[in-house]
Amino acid sequence: MIAELGLAVLWMAAALAVLQLAAGIIALRPKGEHLAGVVRPLAVMQGVLVAFAFLALVTLFLETDLSVKLVAENSHSAKPFIFKLAGTWGNHEGSMLLWVTIMGLAGGFVALIEKRLREDTLVATLAGQAFVSLGFYAFLLLSSNPFERLPEPAPDGNGLNPLLQDIGLAFHPPTLYVGYVGLSIAFSFAIGALVTRDVGPAFARAMRPWVLGAWIFLTLGITAGSYWAYYTLGWGGWWFWDPVENASLMPWLAATALLHSCSVLASRNALRAWTVMLGVIAFSMSMVGTFLVRSGILTSVHAFAVDPERGSFILALLAIYIGGALTLFGVRAATVTEGARFSFVSREASLVFNNVMLCGILGIVLVGTLYPLLTEAFGTKVSVGPPYFNPVSAIFAIPMLLVLAVGPLLRWRNDKAGRVTMPFAIAALIMAAVFLIAEMVAPGIHLLPALGLAIASGLFFASLLPLKGRNLRRTPLPVWGMVIAHLGIAVALFGMASDSAFSTEKLAAMTVGDTQNVGPWQVKLESIDPVAGPNWTALQATLSARYAGGAPITLEPQARVFASPPGTRTESALKTRWNGQLYSVLGEEGEDGRWQMRFWWKPFVPMIWYGGVLIALGGVLALLGRVAADVKRLRAEGKIAYRRMRQGR
Amino acid sequence: MSGIKAKHQRLVLLAIALVALVGAGLLAAYALRNQAAYFYVPSDLVAHPPEQGRAVRLGGMVEKGSIKTRPDGVTIDFIVGDGKARVPVRFTGITPDLFVEGSGVVAEGRMEGGTFVADNLLAKHDEKYVPREMKNMTDAQAKQVVAETK
Repeated sequence: MIAELGLAVLWMAAALAVLQLAAGIIALRPKGEHLAGVVRPLAVMQGVLVAFAFLALVTLFLETDLSVKLVAENSHSAKPFIFKLAGTWGNHEGSMLLWVTIMGLAGGFVALIEKRLREDTLVATLAGQAFVSLGFYAFLLLSSNPFERLPEPAPDGNGLNPLLQDIGLAFHPPTLYVGYVGLSIAFSFAIGALVTRDVGPAFARAMRPWVLGAWIFLTLGITAGSYWAYYTLGWGGWWFWDPVENASLMPWLAATALLHSCSVLASRNALRAWTVMLGVIAFSMSMVGTFLVRSGILTSVHAFAVDPERGSFILALLAIYIGGALTLFGVRAATVTEGARFSFVSREASLVFNNVMLCGILGIVLVGTLYPLLTEAFGTKVSVGPPYFNPVSAIFAIPMLLVLAVGPLLRWRNDKAGRVTMPFAIAALIMAAVFLIAEMVAPGIHLLPALGLAIASGLFFASLLPLKGRNLRRTPLPVWGMVIAHLGIAVALFGMASDSAFSTEKLAAMTVGDTQNVGPWQVKLESIDPVAGPNWTALQATLSARYAGGAPITLEPQARVFASPPGTRTESALKTRWNGQLYSVLGEEGEDGRWQMRFWWKPFVPMIWYGGVLIALGGVLALLGRVAADVKRLRAEGKIAYRRMRQGR
Repeated sequence: MSGIKAKHQRLVLLAIALVALVGAGLLAAYALRNQAAYFYVPSDLVAHPPEQGRAVRLGGMVEKGSIKTRPDGVTIDFIVGDGKARVPVRFTGITPDLFVEGSGVVAEGRMEGGTFVADNLLAKHDEKYVPREMKNMTDAQAKQVVAETK
């Protein structure tokens, strides 16, 4: 019953999207204005209905309704509650339903609260959002119906891939998705503004909070995903340049560029066509990522079922939306009038530099991700990994980070380089000093990690400078946001560089009672015992570890065996100190009865994720500042209107 | 630049963006030629050995009875074959759970002398996740086995 209801509601939501698109198109034609009023309510209704359909699927998963194919294939009655819930989106159909749900909710949200945009641009934006949603509704309803029933209910479910049965999965995909799909709003705004030729500061100010919101979720999602991979895969790495990781990084790079160009457009009315272009690119990257991982054309843990039909469907959607948007851009770009001018030494120029470098990195990542596909078409199989991505993206990242040290200090429009020479010299001095110290502390350190440590330290100092000479209490929230986000970049970079420069690894076969030294740690294997969880059994090693001869702490890494579906997973155990993390993994028992153990001491590695959280926090502060300013302005306008009304009486 | 007409600034910006993007493309193409890891099956590897030390991937079957653990307990030697050629492989680390004799594996590493030194082994995780190369390889091998038994 719930499955049928969910499917019916999903069809209704799709029908409303058709109406929303049609009403929007008619409303923009001459003599069609009377329909403009229905577009907003349609968008809100569509959002409510699709959310209802999603809740229906969640209910089916929580009840473990085994007559529904998707539930039978991906869930199991003996799973803990949280993984039944997470199972809803831990599969292809469910995650696509989550996709349209977020698109619908985002559209409804814009319809409900966006008051600043010109009404015709808003109508065009909502029509654009409906147009994009429709493709995904069609995909869902025609080729990936999540509510399909089985002819006979299954005796029990297949369960969820053990690798995915982790608390990280409950939060990481939905967070990433909100960001990923939230960028569709930027895409629709760009289309709306192109259709009504309304590209200007007001448009940028209206779009900015939405981009910022999506970007915050994207940042958190990537940070969480990286940490999840770090502790569940048991390889001690936090970024593998896996196609899926790249698929989330590319929209983030584009959205970061978009945020910065938005601020130029909003404050200075420059970079008009470029901002619109980035709005299109950001969501296009989300769709390219989805295509890459969902079509099964690349190897990835995230590729669910390999199905060529689905791949071609998404490819067709990609062609229609990206091709269509770029065509619209090509036709209308010439009518977007030239923005305000600025000098080569100005805030704008530094932001242009940031944008070009971010797009350069984006291009590098895109080419590296697609290259294996390209060569395979010619019969050669290759894989592209860190030896390509790390140095090549650094060529763009390093100049960008150097400019980041001074960009926020420059004035809008025109400035004198002399005003920032001093801060830059100090930052450069810090960088040089740290570089030399790194070379002395760790002789033979590779160039990139040493540069990373140096730049991170200089940047840490430089990102605080915009606060200099300000009254900290009166500093606007968006400035705080910028400072904290830039600090986050420095912190994360320091963690990354420190991990690759100073990590020590120890791999050993140990018998109970053996001790190993890992960096400053002494780790003793106390015992190996069997333990059991709700749907798994495991072998658990009990380790006692001492840092530099201090008091012992206990670590309990496990090797888990899952019953349904059958599978195994290593459960690493971590100990975090202020100056790093001890990481332990239990391997197999050898023929001679010794246990394989793997340890890492990773100095300052948690800074990577602290940095990610700081970056997102910066975004939150900026968003709060913008929203508070809007509320204030609306209130003031309301008061004026009220006063006028009274006087009129 | 305040003296230059607006139109020109737009062109200059466009030129800068184009130069950066074309530069990124060329750089990527150049780096990919040198840094992409090619995929080999044992017979290819024996017939056309890659340069010593160059990162490549090797895919094949783990020969039955070939896995030997060294005294350190964490280094193993085994043979990867494809029915035509056999390559000795050395790996130090914790093996993936489904790494067993007689099953497929993709090893990432490099040739050192006559031995393939693997940094990483990819084995089948479960039914839904099979390294792409391995899937094709086992198909080809299935065909080959059929051909041989005829």
